[in-house]
Order: sequence, then structure tokens, then C-alpha cells
Amino acid sequence: MSDSVWIVGTAMTPFGKFRDRDVLDLASEAVFGALDDAALSMHDVQVMAVGSQFETITFGQRVLQQVGQTGIPLYNVHNACATGATALRSVIMEIRAGEADIGLALGAEQMTNPGTPFAMPRHNAETFTPTGRAGAVLPTEGMLGTGQMFGVFAEVGLDYARAHGGVDFEQFAKVAEKNHAHAVLNPLAQYRDRYSLEQIMTAEMLSYPNTLLMACPIGDGAAATVVVSEKRLRTMDPDVRRRAVRIAASVMTTDPYTPETEVLPDVNTLTRNAADRAYEVAGVGPEDLDLVELHDCFATAELVHYDNLRLCEPGGAGDFIDSGAPWRDGRTPVNVSGGLLSKGHPIGATGIANVYEVTTQLRGEAGDRQLPDAKVGLTHVIGLGSACCVHVLERAAT
Amino acid sequence: MPSLPVVDYLSLADPPRLRGNRCLTCSAVFLQRHNGCASCSGRTFEQIDLPPTGMLRTFTIVHRGKRGDPFVSAVVELDDGTIVKSNLVDVPPTPESIPLGGRVELVTYPVATDTHGTEAIAFGFRPV
Repeated sequence: MSDSVWIVGTAMTPFGKFRDRDVLDLASEAVFGALDDAALSMHDVQVMAVGSQFETITFGQRVLQQVGQTGIPLYNVHNACATGATALRSVIMEIRAGEADIGLALGAEQMTNPGTPFAMPRHNAETFTPTGRAGAVLPTEGMLGTGQMFGVFAEVGLDYARAHGGVDFEQFAKVAEKNHAHAVLNPLAQYRDRYSLEQIMTAEMLSYPNTLLMACPIGDGAAATVVVSEKRLRTMDPDVRRRAVRIAASVMTTDPYTPETEVLPDVNTLTRNAADRAYEVAGVGPEDLDLVELHDCFATAELVHYDNLRLCEPGGAGDFIDSGAPWRDGRTPVNVSGGLLSKGHPIGATGIANVYEVTTQLRGEAGDRQLPDAKVGLTHVIGLGSACCVHVLERAAT
Repeated sequence: MPSLPVVDYLSLADPPRLRGNRCLTCSAVFLQRHNGCASCSGRTFEQIDLPPTGMLRTFTIVHRGKRGDPFVSAVVELDDGTIVKSNLVDVPPTPESIPLGGRVELVTYPVATDTHGTEAIAFGFRPV
């Protein structure tokens, strides 16, 4: 049968209690074993699904950091006792869909010794004992720099500032000024208060240059989207068809290797890769976008993504915010919903909430915050660790 | 007094040095132990000494830290291109005082002692 999917390599580790090996050791052994069995390398693998019940926070990406960060799409799968089978099913479906020719599914679990980099190590204060991948004898937060989110994204912002001289505290703050102003028009936003630039810059400093008003809030929420095939759409009610929005591109990437991977997540390269691919697939360019909903977890993040999504000239993100271009009446409106900074960031809902916003705008149903004649929009999210998804949506050409 | 480093990629030789694991296939360097190389998927490494000086690539001043006082978290690009994170020390925690893009050097200092009198030694960077 021409559409069958075949197994060409497989491996497993012994099962048991492994006090001296962490879950990444076990996962790496299984991945390399299966690749060797198939006479393939990570460079041949086009899609991966990684299942674990107890590992959290982009476990699959942590595996890629051990076996090769090639930038491929990756699914982190979590499905109780069916986790591993679901991971396998995921890559089979990718292959049957024609998205990839070679996929790798991995399931890994360590139930006796969760000594992985993201697990909270227990430090022995009576007798210093090296623990975890770095052999730490004490908690390192605040001693060897910070891993707290507001600090990491502050570093991302100042890394951009250093590389492209001229981006300053005030320009980062202008991002928050815009998104808080936009949220005033959005009845679904968690906060709808407008703030002056001065209020934003003199708010409590969390981690320079991000103040409290330059950080997204913690909150609850949900979002959902129904999608159908074109064949099915043709059979649906004319009112449904008229309001249909085309998914012109759906792209996922992980972060390919860069030297800073171990200490500072590179949120730039995977966003650029996803955006470039999305523009190519959709046949549109950044100049065609009527709106963008991007991942402004902190004000510093939004600014660097102007550049990563090619909304501005290379290195020109500071000038872009100064020019007013990303305001709702500007050249490329960004986060007219208020963004994560004001609309909120209930983490699991965020990547669908931005699709809701763009869809609503393209349908012309956004009420007070409706943009005139919106035809094409782009959504962007990042899961730190990292994964990036970009979607390009188009109004039906009726 | 006996001492040991707070992380195993700090060597307390004289002078103290950061140590890296260099991929024998593509020369990418990692601070932590790696099963395979994130850059090329190679599987063999050698331990190397890392240079003690570099460039302050980016920073943040953390005010809401777990230890109270503001501190400077710094990402440093060492002279061989390896990227390291730690605190920037011997500098006031104000944006004007911090030389973004400037030269920094490795320093070590004791941070805690366990009940057996073993001292834990941390590392940081200071402007040159």
C-alpha cells in the first residue's frame, strides 16, 4: 500500500532504578540507539514527538539539546499511560499527512530520581553534595545570574540593545504604553487601564529594564478554534462559509543550536525561521499584514520580535516603535487586543486567543477595536525552552 | 579550609578557571555534561579550560530576586565564544554603572560553609 508507514529503527534502554543516570541519559540512549539501528542521524529526522508523564517544561527540547538541535518541529506529548503510543501516533500522522518522510517518536520516564536540570534539586546544606547536570552544591538562582522569566527577557532585550545600539529603556516602555492603550478597547482583556510612559517607567522595577507594567499578568482563561477541510467547508451553510478564515500558513519550529543555548534561550532564530517559512508558504510578505498578534510576555520581548518577524528593517525595532508603526492606526498594528501585557496570558489559552483576535478582526466583528478592512493577519507564540508557532490567516476572498 | 566549587564546571585550580566540554566533531563547547552535541549530534567530548576574560553581552538588574537585594545577572561571551551566565560583581546595581559590551574577567569568592567546614566557592565576573 503506497500510503503505509514503516518502522526502520528501534531501541530501548534497560528498565530499572538508575540513581546515577538522569532521564536525559536514558532518552539520549534510546534516541541514538534507534537512529543507529536505522543507519540514520538526527540530521535526517524531520519531525519528532516526545512523550513523558512526569517531565514538564519542554522536555522534548531538552532531549534535542542532548541529541542535536536541528530546529525541527516537535510535539511534547502527555497522555497518561498512552503517552508513548500517542507520540508514535503523532509522527505517523505527520508522515501520512505528507508533512515529513522521517519521524522519530520517543517516550522516556524516570520515576525514582528526577534529577534533571528543570527539576528542583534538593541541596544538602549539612554536607555539600554535587547535584544535577551542573553538579551544583547550592541553589544557583541569584548567585550565578538569574533564570527568572522577567530577568531572562530583560537580558534578551538588552542583548538586542547592545547589538543594535540606540534601543533604550524608554523605547522598551513605549511597547507597554501601546498595548495598555489598545486593551482599553477590548472587553475581553484582563486589564483595560491606560498608563502614561512616565507611569510605566516609574512603576516597580522587576528586572531592569522590565517594570511591573512591562510584564504580563498571571490569569485564567480559555480559547478554542474549530477547523475543517476545504471539502467539508463546501458543504456548510453559506453564512458559515462567508465568515470562514483561511489558514494560509501553520508553521512550528524549535530552537536550532546557537552558542548561548545553555545559558540564555535564543528566542530569535526560531521565530525568524518560523516567520520566513510562514511568509513563503502563505505567499505574503510582512508588508501585506493588516495586523499581528505576537508574544509580548514582556515589553522587551515584543520589541525584538518586530525584527524577528521582519516587521521592521534589520536592527530597526527601536525606530519602529518610535515611529508609531505598531499602534492600531499605524502601518502594521501589533497586539490590538492589548497583547499578553494587558489582555493577559493564561498560558495554555494564549496561542489560541491570538488566533481568535485575528479571526475576529478579519471577519470585521471586533466591535470598538475593529481595524478598517483587515484582510491578512499573523499570530506568533513562543514556548520558552523553546517552541515557536506562526500562523498566517486570510479573509475569505468573497 | 577544604573547599569545593558551587558547580562542577568551575575548577578551583590556581588560577581558578571555568571548564567546558568541547565536541570532538564540531568544537561546540558546553558547560554542563552532554550526552550528545546540540550543534552536530556528535557523541564524544573533551574537557578544556575556558578563557577567564570576555565581553558583557547582556545583563539585567534583578530587583525582585529571591535573596532580597538587587543583583546584576550577566551573560558573558568568553574570548573563545563560549557563553556563560553569572552575577556581575564589584559594580553598583544601576544601569549607568554597567558597561554593556565591555570587557569583564572571572572572579571567585566563598558563598557558604557546610557543617563540616567545607567552603563552597562561586564565580562571577567584574569589569576589567
